[in-house]
Amino acid sequence: MEFISQPWAWYVAGPIIAFVMFLLYYFGERFGVSSNLETFCSIGGAGKFVDYFKIDWKQNSWNLIFVVGGITGGFIASQWLSPTDAIALNPQTIQDLADIGIQNAGATYLPDEIFSIETMFSLKGFIILITAGFMVGFGARWAGGCTSGHAIVGLSNLELPSLISVIGFFIGGLVMTWLILPLIF
Amino acid sequence: MKYIKFFLVGILFGIVMSKAEIISWYRIYEMFKFQSFHMYGVIGSAIVLGTVSMFFFRKKMIKTFEGQEIHIAPKKSGLFRNLLGGILFGLGWALAGACPGPMFVLVGKGVVSILVVIFGATFGAFCYGLFKDRLPH
Repeated sequence: MEFISQPWAWYVAGPIIAFVMFLLYYFGERFGVSSNLETFCSIGGAGKFVDYFKIDWKQNSWNLIFVVGGITGGFIASQWLSPTDAIALNPQTIQDLADIGIQNAGATYLPDEIFSIETMFSLKGFIILITAGFMVGFGARWAGGCTSGHAIVGLSNLELPSLISVIGFFIGGLVMTWLILPLIF
Repeated sequence: MKYIKFFLVGILFGIVMSKAEIISWYRIYEMFKFQSFHMYGVIGSAIVLGTVSMFFFRKKMIKTFEGQEIHIAPKKSGLFRNLLGGILFGLGWALAGACPGPMFVLVGKGVVSILVVIFGATFGAFCYGLFKDRLPH
């Protein structure tokens, strides 16, 4: 149980993610989480406004079930497999975050300055959450995939479009982390 | 009952995302600050092993459990699509500290505010569909 309850190292997590991908193909489907966002739109009736969403969403049911499994796995891990919520961060990271206005970095999985209920109900906090989501959803569908579809599957399959997309992910991520985040809090 | 296997694979995915702290905002921040090897190790080792799977799929040495050949649909190409869409995604990834997979796992962790992020992401996907013909690809 010691092995289960401590945080899992990268050399445990990476191979398990590769195994998840393998199983999804072995079961005749594919690995890509962001396409579920389009399925949500289709279920919500977006096909009435935009032909792009006129699809038979039931053919993507397996992926929705996969997401429900992911939610369940998150619940199981946090309820029974994680004795602590603290993240062991590099002291430099904690200092850098304090300098830009994020305190107690690593005390829990997420910073209160972005994810606490009080922040969610403030105008600024709500705008940050919804804008972050909007960029992820719009960007993932424009690029044709997210970390699962492009970084893991696409790069594993040696695809140039995925390499370009992942370079884009990093350009965007570096700009946000180094240039924009210090201005927000 | 044919869906139960996807539910179980999803549970494995959710547990590993959570236990390896991939769903932590801080792990994404430190990745983009180059202050930890953790996320590079996770994604890098998944890609290396993924390449081996893809090799066996392509050589038709591994088929689906029903005996069908596995085809990996090629990604849509287009410099503007991949680069601009990728940059926008990256901006959101570093701000939310979560890409679509971890967003859902965080729901299971009981993080209420992530539902706002997921709503934003769904609305973003809708707007992409709405404006797609006017965007460069």
